[in-house]
Amino acid sequence: MTDKKTKYQEVAYYPGCALEGGGHAYNRSTKALGKKLGLKLKEVDNWNCCGAMEVKNIDPKLQTYLSSRVMSIAANKMGMDTVMAPCNGCYHNLKKAEYDLANDPESVEVVERLSKKSGHDTYQAGQVETIHALDWVKETIGEEGLKERVKNSLKDMKIANYYGCMYTRPRHIFPEKDQGPGSESTSKPHFMDDLLEAAGAENVEFPLKTACCGGAHTLSDSDTSTKLVLNILQAAEASGAEVIATECPTCHSGLEMHQIRAEATLGVKTNVKIIYFTQLLGMALGLKPKQVGLHENVSDSFAFVKEKGLA
Amino acid sequence: MRTLDDIGRELDALSTAEDNPELARTCLALGEEVLEHWVTARGAEPTHERREGFRLLALHRQGADKLPSFNACRETCRELAYHYNLLMQQPDHPDAAQRARMMVLVANHLYLFVRGKMEVEELGDFCCASRPIRERVDAKPPKQ
Repeated sequence: MTDKKTKYQEVAYYPGCALEGGGHAYNRSTKALGKKLGLKLKEVDNWNCCGAMEVKNIDPKLQTYLSSRVMSIAANKMGMDTVMAPCNGCYHNLKKAEYDLANDPESVEVVERLSKKSGHDTYQAGQVETIHALDWVKETIGEEGLKERVKNSLKDMKIANYYGCMYTRPRHIFPEKDQGPGSESTSKPHFMDDLLEAAGAENVEFPLKTACCGGAHTLSDSDTSTKLVLNILQAAEASGAEVIATECPTCHSGLEMHQIRAEATLGVKTNVKIIYFTQLLGMALGLKPKQVGLHENVSDSFAFVKEKGLA
Repeated sequence: MRTLDDIGRELDALSTAEDNPELARTCLALGEEVLEHWVTARGAEPTHERREGFRLLALHRQGADKLPSFNACRETCRELAYHYNLLMQQPDHPDAAQRARMMVLVANHLYLFVRGKMEVEELGDFCCASRPIRERVDAKPPKQ
């Protein structure tokens, strides 16, 4: 057993706000997948917002504090050494806070002051390791473990894996990436590809796997976001994909909403399905579509998964 | 320098039925032209240097100077360079037609991103770049 394989068997689970709202399907499928794989998730007690994009861009040190509080509870109250965040935004923010607290004395001072004022232990850099849901499954179960557990192979399913931006950027807050074989790549991420391939899927060559979708501008500059997303959807279809697999609630919602908007405003219809990787893996392991929250997605993939023998 | 509208129209009109190396050269040139627009809009002279053999990558680096959010198109530029290499080195590969289609879509993504950023400069600032917007608000000189 590798260290990580043992360490990640039980992790502090930080769902974040999106997974309690529009991204609930991701929450449901992550929990269901963990249960199916025998992995333990202990939800962070009384967790708070990570600072998201809104706080981070107005007052980055306040965002560092908010993220540090989540890690402090996991470490100091729950005695955990690993926090797993499935949302790219939360994952990114916790990693950024970790980096700031290890490298920026001003951030340390602000976090100490606010933690004291709030009446909880101050988080110290290095107390926990923050990982993404992809790391969690990859390191504990791995490709071979998944292959052994697959009940409904994803064979004949062509998938374009879309990682979005915050999973890999900016590179300096992810020191464990780009470390050679076995590590994740920031320019061509592959962990999701590896896991879905192990479940039988055929990953297509998809050159826009980390391309900008307009992100937070999805509301303030919807037209640009719609055009960027449409290009991603069209590139996925042109690459032969039937499904875009996602690993972030913001990416997922953006793709779903702008797929609809592209048809309504630009008259361009795309048919590629948008499904969380946790939903795909869950169904491959024998879970029913409703158990992984397929009914909670905006786009309707029921007929598709039925056709593929997953329902 | 052609307008961004003209570049967009040329991208729309690109036919992947044409000679693959020619298409690769055209897409790369369009990508460079798009980045020239961005660099010029920031008040600089577009570089003619090359990075890793590509002017495109040197232009991207120039465009991202002191602007982390421009790295949101870094991988798109690298994919464009990668597809250029594929099509130039293996023009008759069985996948060449597919690679050509994808190169056009990658070039289009770069165009759409830069076009969006020309209209709303903050595109990308809120997401992966983590740029605090207050930096600029606080940097404004006090009113006299």
